[in-house]
Amino acid sequence: MLSRTADNLYWTGRYMERAENLARVLDVSSRNALLDLAGSSPESEWRDALASLGNPPQFTARDQKLDEVDVTRFFTLDIESPCSIKFCVHAARENARALRAVISTEMWESINTTWLALRDLDETSLRARGLREFFDWVKDRSHLFRGVSHGTTLHDDAFHFLRLGTFLERADSTARLLDTKYQALAGMDAEAAGATYYAWGAVLRQASAFRAYHQTYHDVITPPRVAELLTLRLEMPRSLRFCANQVVEHLDSLAGTRDLEAQRLAGELHARLRFARIDRVLSQGLHDFLNEVTQRITDLSTQLAQDFLMTV
Amino acid sequence: MTTPPAAPPFLDEMYGLCTLDDFAGRRASGQVRAPYRHIDEWLRSTDQADFASKREEADLIFRRVGITFNVYGDNAGTERLIPFDIIPRVLAADEWSRLAAGLVQRVKALNMFLHDIYHGQDVVRAGVVPEAHLLRNSLFRPEMKGVDVPGNIYVHIAGIDIVRVEEGTFYVLEDNLRTPSGVSYMLQNRAVMMRLFPQVFARARVAPVDHYCQELLRCLRSVAPASTEGEPTVVVMTPGPYNSAYFEHTFLAEQMGVELAEGQDLFVRDNAVYMRTTLGPRRVDVIYRRIDDDSLDPLAFRPDSMLGVPGLLSVYHNGGVTLANAIGTGVADDKSSYPYVPDLIKFYLGETPILGNVPTYRCSIDSDRAYVLEHLPELVVKQTQGSGGYGMLIGPRSTREEQAKFRALITAHPDGYIAQPTLALSSCPTFVEEGIAPRHIDLRPFILTGQNGSVVVPGGLTRVALSRGSLVVNSSQGGGTKDTWVLRP
Repeated sequence: MLSRTADNLYWTGRYMERAENLARVLDVSSRNALLDLAGSSPESEWRDALASLGNPPQFTARDQKLDEVDVTRFFTLDIESPCSIKFCVHAARENARALRAVISTEMWESINTTWLALRDLDETSLRARGLREFFDWVKDRSHLFRGVSHGTTLHDDAFHFLRLGTFLERADSTARLLDTKYQALAGMDAEAAGATYYAWGAVLRQASAFRAYHQTYHDVITPPRVAELLTLRLEMPRSLRFCANQVVEHLDSLAGTRDLEAQRLAGELHARLRFARIDRVLSQGLHDFLNEVTQRITDLSTQLAQDFLMTV
Repeated sequence: MTTPPAAPPFLDEMYGLCTLDDFAGRRASGQVRAPYRHIDEWLRSTDQADFASKREEADLIFRRVGITFNVYGDNAGTERLIPFDIIPRVLAADEWSRLAAGLVQRVKALNMFLHDIYHGQDVVRAGVVPEAHLLRNSLFRPEMKGVDVPGNIYVHIAGIDIVRVEEGTFYVLEDNLRTPSGVSYMLQNRAVMMRLFPQVFARARVAPVDHYCQELLRCLRSVAPASTEGEPTVVVMTPGPYNSAYFEHTFLAEQMGVELAEGQDLFVRDNAVYMRTTLGPRRVDVIYRRIDDDSLDPLAFRPDSMLGVPGLLSVYHNGGVTLANAIGTGVADDKSSYPYVPDLIKFYLGETPILGNVPTYRCSIDSDRAYVLEHLPELVVKQTQGSGGYGMLIGPRSTREEQAKFRALITAHPDGYIAQPTLALSSCPTFVEEGIAPRHIDLRPFILTGQNGSVVVPGGLTRVALSRGSLVVNSSQGGGTKDTWVLRP
C-alpha cells in the first residue's frame, strides 16, 4: 500500500473517532450543566469539558464565555476551530476523498453523507433540533462509519491502518477525560454521596459505560472502580487496555514477518495496562499514570510514521 | 423593423428534422426515429411528477457518491455537480458500428503519425504535412525523437469528440489524445440510469459499457516495458485532489484495483520508477498519467512544478517505464493538426476516412484567412491550442466588438486560429425548466489501444448544451451530460 494512503486511512479513523469523542464530552457536559449539583456550577462543568478537550488556545484567545452557547459553538460547527466536530468530519472526509480507490463505496458514501449534512447545518437549525439530538446523531454516524468499514471493506492493511487511528485516538481521549475528571473531583466531599453519583456517573456516560459499570461491579459508583473500568478492564471497549490490545493486534497483522519498533512500543504499553493493579496505580498517583500512557501513545504515533510512512 | 430570421432547422435525434419553434408540433405528431421507440413509449406512459422525483433522486445519488468536478478559477476545493439529464441519447447498432470502425481507423492513423514524426518523418518527405508545421508547434517534443515506445503505441486512451449534423453524417470535431477525461461520467450515468429506470433499459436492449475499466487495465498491462519481470504493476497518476477530474482518477484506480499515486508517492532510483509503500519501495511498470507533459518531471520540464517525479523522463527514455499516453501526443491533437487527419488516414492506411472532419479553414493559409475575415459572423473561430471552450468566437452569437477583437487576433497570429462553419448540431430531447425541449449534443467515445489492437466500448459521454439554442457543451461552460445507449443489433 502507498504510504500516503496508509496515512490517509489512519487519519480518517482518528478524525471520525475524535468527532465522536467531542460529541460525548459535550453531550454529558450539557446534561450536567442542567443539574444543579452540589459543588458544581454550569461554568465549572464547561471548564471541565474544556480541560478534557485539551484547553485549546484558540478558544481562550477569542475571549469567549464559559457557557453553553460559546463552548458548544466552538466545538460543534465552527469550521475555523480545529477542535470542532465539523472540522474533524471535514478532515476525515478530505482524507477519505484521497482513498476512493481503497475504501468501499458504502464507506465513502457514509462519510460523505455525514459531511454534507454537517456542511448544510447552521447554528439556528442546530439549536432548533436540540444539542442532545445532534450529539446522538454524531455518535450514530461514527458508529455507522465503524460498522460500515467493518462490514464492507477487506480486512487487510487498509482496515488495520483505519483501526489504528480509531483506537489510538480513543485511548488518548479516554486518558485525558479521566485525568481531568479525577483532578477536578478529587477534592469532592465524600459525604455527599449524591454528588459522587452524578459526577462520576457523567464520566461513565461519556464512555458509554454507565450500564457496563453496574454489570461489572453490582455496586454503587466509586471513583476507584470508575478508574479501573476505564483503564484496566479488557472487556470495556473504551478502556485504555482494550484500545492497547486492539492496537497490538492490528500492528501484528500489519507487520507480518517484520519486527517493528512500533510493535515493541505497543507491546510495552499493552503490558503496562495488562499487568497494572488499580490500587497500586491510585496510590502512586493516577495523574502520573495517565500522563505516562498519553506520552506512550504519542511516541507510538511517531514510531508508526517511522515504520510505515518513511520506509524509503 | 426587420423580422427576426426564421429559426434554423436541425436534426433532433428523436423526432427528426425540426426547429426550436416547431419542436412541440413535431412531438405532437407522434413520429419518432426508430432507435427512440422505447424512449417514446416511456415518456408517454410516465407522468411529469414521476420524472421530477426521479430527477431529484438522480441528483441525490450524484451528490452522495461525490461525482463532482472542481471548476478552474473557483475557490480551491469547490465541488460542483455536472447536471445530468435523465433522457438518454440513443444510437442504433448500425450507426454505432460505423462510428466505431471510423474511430479505430482514425486512432490507428494518429498513432502511426506520432511514431513517424518522432522517427523518419516520412509524412513530411511525402509532403503531406509541411515540416514547418511540426517545427513551429510547441507541442512537438524534440526530445521524443528516436525514442521507442512499446508497440509503437503513443495514444493508449483517446477521447474523440463527434457531432452529428444530418441523418447519416457524423463529423469529428476534435481529437483528445493527451489526457481525455469524462469516461467516469459515461460509467456513472449508466449506473444511475439502470438504477432509476430498469424497465425501459431492459426493453430497449442496451449494450453494456461496464467492462471499460477491465479493458483499460488489459490495455495498460499490455504495454509494460519488455524488461518487466512478472506481472506488470500499473498505477494511475493524479495531480491531486484539487484537479478538476480528481473524482475520475480515484474512480479509475478503484475500478482497476491499482494504486492512485501522486508525484510525491513516486521516486526514481537506478533507472526505475518506484512507489513509496508501507512495505518499502515497489517497482512501477506502467503509469496511466492524468497529468500533462509539462508537469511530469521538474528536472526535464517545468522546474516549478511540484506535481511530477524528478528523473522520470530519463527512465522513460531508457525504456524503464511506460507512460500512457506517451509524451508528445499533443502535436497530433491540437487544432492546427486537425485539418491534416483525413490525409493522414489516406497516407498511412491507404483507406478512405470513415469519419470526416468538419470543413475547416486554416488562417495560416492566405486564401482561407481572407475568407474567414470576410465571414466572421457566420463562422466559429477556435484557437489552435486552446481547450475547454475558452477563447473561441461563435460568429452568429457574437457582438461587433468581439468580431473586431478576433479580426485583430487572427491578423496578428494567423497560425493561432482555425475557423469552421457554424454547424447545425443534432439535438436530443432534454428536461429543462419549461418541460421537454431539444438541446444540442455531442458525443465523446473512448478508444483504448494496446498491443492487441483497439477496443471501443459501445457508448461514450454525451454532453448537452443546456441553454436554449446554445452549441457549447463543455461542462466548464454550463453543459450537462446524458447516458448514451447503443442498442444491440
